Amino acid sequence: MSMQAMHEAVAQAGGAHAAHATADPIVFSFTVFVLAVIVGYHVVWNVTPALHTPLMSVTNAISSIIIVGALLASGPIEMNLATVLGLIAVGLASVNIFGGFMVTQRMLAMFKKRK
Amino acid sequence: MLSVNMVQLAYLLASVLIIFALKGLASPESARRGNLFGMLGMGLAVLVTLQLDSVQNYAWIFAAIAFGGLIGGTVARKIPMTHMPQTVAFMHSLVGLAAVMIAVSAAYDPVAYGIANAAGGLYPASRIELFLGTFIGAITFTASLIAFGKLQGLLSGKPLVFAGQHLLNLILGVVMIAAGIIFCMNGAWMPFLLMLAVALLLGVLLIVPIGGADMPVIVSMLNSYSGWAAAGIGFTLGNNMLIVAGALVGSSGAILSYIMCKAMNRSLLHVLLGGFGGDAPAAGGAAAATDRPYKSGAAEDAAFLLANARSVVIVPGYGLAVARAQHALKEMVDVLTAQGVQVKFAIHPVAGRMPGHMNVLLAEADVPYDIVFEMDEINSEFSDTDVALVIGANDVTNPAAKSDPSSPIYGMPILEVSKAQHVIVIKRSMAVGYAGLDNDLFYMDQTMMLFSDAKKACETIVQALD
Repeated sequence: MSMQAMHEAVAQAGGAHAAHATADPIVFSFTVFVLAVIVGYHVVWNVTPALHTPLMSVTNAISSIIIVGALLASGPIEMNLATVLGLIAVGLASVNIFGGFMVTQRMLAMFKKRK
Repeated sequence: MLSVNMVQLAYLLASVLIIFALKGLASPESARRGNLFGMLGMGLAVLVTLQLDSVQNYAWIFAAIAFGGLIGGTVARKIPMTHMPQTVAFMHSLVGLAAVMIAVSAAYDPVAYGIANAAGGLYPASRIELFLGTFIGAITFTASLIAFGKLQGLLSGKPLVFAGQHLLNLILGVVMIAAGIIFCMNGAWMPFLLMLAVALLLGVLLIVPIGGADMPVIVSMLNSYSGWAAAGIGFTLGNNMLIVAGALVGSSGAILSYIMCKAMNRSLLHVLLGGFGGDAPAAGGAAAATDRPYKSGAAEDAAFLLANARSVVIVPGYGLAVARAQHALKEMVDVLTAQGVQVKFAIHPVAGRMPGHMNVLLAEADVPYDIVFEMDEINSEFSDTDVALVIGANDVTNPAAKSDPSSPIYGMPILEVSKAQHVIVIKRSMAVGYAGLDNDLFYMDQTMMLFSDAKKACETIVQALD
């Protein structure tokens, strides 16, 4: 690569920055998604097989984070189909959040060492 | 109201707390604290969302949370540990249904979510994300309901197989994707609803051919789907909190499915194609079972063998859960330990109906977790074991998996029970296990069959030991 070409390449890469052109939001979302999958992969391989059932019940509670979406859906004060569906989703997710974390706690309390 | 940046930072903190919740599960000591981190993270995410300007409908929202929380809390306190697999399957279906509702809500009123273009319609990118979130959520919903029905015994655990099944699923899959693509292009209701309806139907059809014993894989897979559904909705709403939590759950379930498949030496595709297990054994197989000679004994004989052993390894299986024998078994273990017998447990990864099912049952019965071992940890010890006691387990102990290349389960990792000096098998009859196979272990010289309900057998052995 000649010096000229290199300068051009640098100018191009920096140029995007200088113009404050930002990537599509979906690209940011995708970045976060891929990194989270990798974190999940490493964390979950470290879970002891004896606790695989509590792992399932707690991930169940965690996937109910979908309640954040449900809250946004049910947020507007004027009720229409969208808010009603959102409210039902809030209820469903709440069953899982309370049920999932509490049953996990109940199970984990049972695991004891030899006296 | 918090600034946009503060909201994002709070979501980041909540995500980190949730990662710590999973990290805690590396050992039973750290797991309880981890679970508290998880609750904190979830609570933070909910509070931060509630204080957003766009969320105003407080009375109804709190009513919904209180109602759902009351049901969830009651179930969590009351449910017997033997019912965990169906409980988890049911909860997966709720996540799926919630995802569908949010997706329909977003498609109906995109302006409220800030994902609408100037004309009030959806952006093309939002349509794609909505399509993904909806169909994964819909499949998770109905598939989990069917899995719940099978595990709860409302539906037969037998695989339901019919001609052209896979072709039908394939056609429906193509129709669903085609409708989804049309929706992505024109954003109209009709293709969206068609896509949703076909996805709901597909969820049912995908699970009906799968037998009860393959449920550990299916429950894990649906666990994964519920995470991907949450992440899909996160993409639609551009919400990192949902994307992170969904991705964590998605990869967790995927890893569990992989571990379960490996423990059965089968591919995920083979499990999904279904038709395996739960079938009534072929007439020939059942007849063969009665032709071969085997030894059977009474509970008193088993008690004699156990009392005179130095070391005992107990192999529990699904039969233990069905008979709810864990407490009676624990009593037997206490008596033996008091008599100076060294007792350990050996757990096969697919024992029971969900990953870790046996460990939870034993923990419930107060069996300390440091005498409970995984397959790889304990397999080398069977040759030094005086008595191996198999309770309600079958295929996971079948030596044919190692020695007979013609066996359908050849290559599946097993607990090497047949290496023990004596083997006692507690079973209700000579009936075959889920794989429909005869178990060579039952006909070996050192094996004694004890035909009984697992719970009754343990109780009688305890009486005989005293």
